[in-house]
Amino acid sequence: MNPEFAGGPLLIQILYLAASALFILALKWMNAPPTARRGILAGETGMVLAIVGTLLQHGMVDYKWILVALVIGSGIGVPLGLVQMTAVPQRTALSHAFGAFCVTLVGTAEFYLRTPKVPGFMMSVLCCEVILGGLTVTGSLMAAGKLQEVLPQRPITYTGQNVVNLSLLAVAIAIAVYLVHNPGATHLYPFMVGISLVFGVMLVIPIGGADMPTVISLLNSYAGLSAAAMGFVLNNKLLIIAGALDGSSGFILSVIMSKAMNRSFTNVLFGAFGQVAASSTTVQEARPVKSASPEEAAGILAAASKVVIVPGYGMAVAQAQHKVRELFDALSKRGVDVRFAIHPVAGRMPGHMNVLLAEADVPYDRLMEMDEINGDFPQVDVSLIIGANDVTNPAAKTDTSSPIYGMPILDVEKSHNVMVIKRSMNPGFAGIDNPLYYMDRTLMLFGDAKVFVTNIVKELSGAHA
Amino acid sequence: MGVSLIDGLFVFMLAGFIGFEVIKRISPLLHTPLMSITNALDAIAVIGAIVLVGRHESRLSFILGMLAIIAATSNIVGGFLITDRMLKMFKSSRPTKS
Repeated sequence: MNPEFAGGPLLIQILYLAASALFILALKWMNAPPTARRGILAGETGMVLAIVGTLLQHGMVDYKWILVALVIGSGIGVPLGLVQMTAVPQRTALSHAFGAFCVTLVGTAEFYLRTPKVPGFMMSVLCCEVILGGLTVTGSLMAAGKLQEVLPQRPITYTGQNVVNLSLLAVAIAIAVYLVHNPGATHLYPFMVGISLVFGVMLVIPIGGADMPTVISLLNSYAGLSAAAMGFVLNNKLLIIAGALDGSSGFILSVIMSKAMNRSFTNVLFGAFGQVAASSTTVQEARPVKSASPEEAAGILAAASKVVIVPGYGMAVAQAQHKVRELFDALSKRGVDVRFAIHPVAGRMPGHMNVLLAEADVPYDRLMEMDEINGDFPQVDVSLIIGANDVTNPAAKTDTSSPIYGMPILDVEKSHNVMVIKRSMNPGFAGIDNPLYYMDRTLMLFGDAKVFVTNIVKELSGAHA
Repeated sequence: MGVSLIDGLFVFMLAGFIGFEVIKRISPLLHTPLMSITNALDAIAVIGAIVLVGRHESRLSFILGMLAIIAATSNIVGGFLITDRMLKMFKSSRPTKS
């Protein structure tokens, strides 16, 4: 019951207005590396103004406990801000869960404070807030568990999965509709929250590791939309704006990710991803491949004038990014033009490879997007693929029966030579065979990515000395 | 209530379009830091929780509000911190060459 929140003293509204502007500027400055850190400053300033404005709210009696909670939260936040860069995907999933947890708790508190005197519209946005928040909490925790590998990464599917999931959602929505008409039915509220929590788990269970970039983006969007719904409940425009910004950010990212995997738009919206991976278990026939040693690989790389390195999740798993940077340095010193080709869904979250390579001090102007570099592959002497598979699979262009048919890929098969660092001939995560490996121009470099790259670097520096 | 609903929808619609236009322009290079900063900004939900704790209207709302402040603050602090760490790592090769 806080109608003052709406009108509020003018000062508070001005602080919220300034915070809204700063949030938009923060995202605007994020568009390129030179201005991006200014964006953080804008975001932080906006956040401080908003919190100060809120502390000035009318009717506040208990500042001590607010301070206690802020201090505890900061204490938890610092270690979460200092995790290893390789752990960023699971950290991000975890923070989606925290954000949605906050929104769900506030929604629940508001429900019990206001019921049964809740107008229909307010109850409907409150239900939106809590259902979206609830499913984001458990969905994000599941995603974080899969990324941290405390939960099995393989997709878990069963027949009728979509029917079960949609029925759960339908029941939650039915309860919401009933609550809108009968705001006094408080005994139903816990069921609605419980079902949305279960729904979140069910939503992420069928999703495999390779689909994580889409899922994380989608959960990001849900978290934003639930915060915007909370803004409607509290009649607070700053919350609506921040939620809308976050919601559209997650939405755009999930659209980019789904396009990069050739998934349809509805497929993303209804969360029915992950099924593709399970279906393809074609019989492997033993076809001949050519393999090479680190010495041979070093020789070919040293003789090249244009090299493109294609990193994938395997590079992150092997923690090979620093060795890859050494390879980049060794080749650049010899006058070889080395660039990196980054597929939008390489890794486990949007932009994952860029962050890992930036951490290893690879200059960001050497990191190329798929569309930028694809036209150049016919002029490339060597494409070196490190821990990537599906994003280089030419079957996506030619084989209509392939589960990844239609997915845009990096055209490495057009370069003069292809080298693939891979542990063994076992198919990658999605279980799809890659015809690239059997081409005449392809050399397979079998071994751990980090060890193999280290050996190539040794060869290059040894030959030089 | 009716007026503020419509107001709210206008604000939501405009902010959604601004978000769309601004975020569309962000280089894929920075998609990971983008996600971590939007996470931190989204934790603005903390202001709803602060009001719950500050007003202390019921024991339930107080406890839920405390937990909510803790969760959101950890996102604010952690989100800005890690975004800053990531952005510090992005270096161009051009200045070093000249």
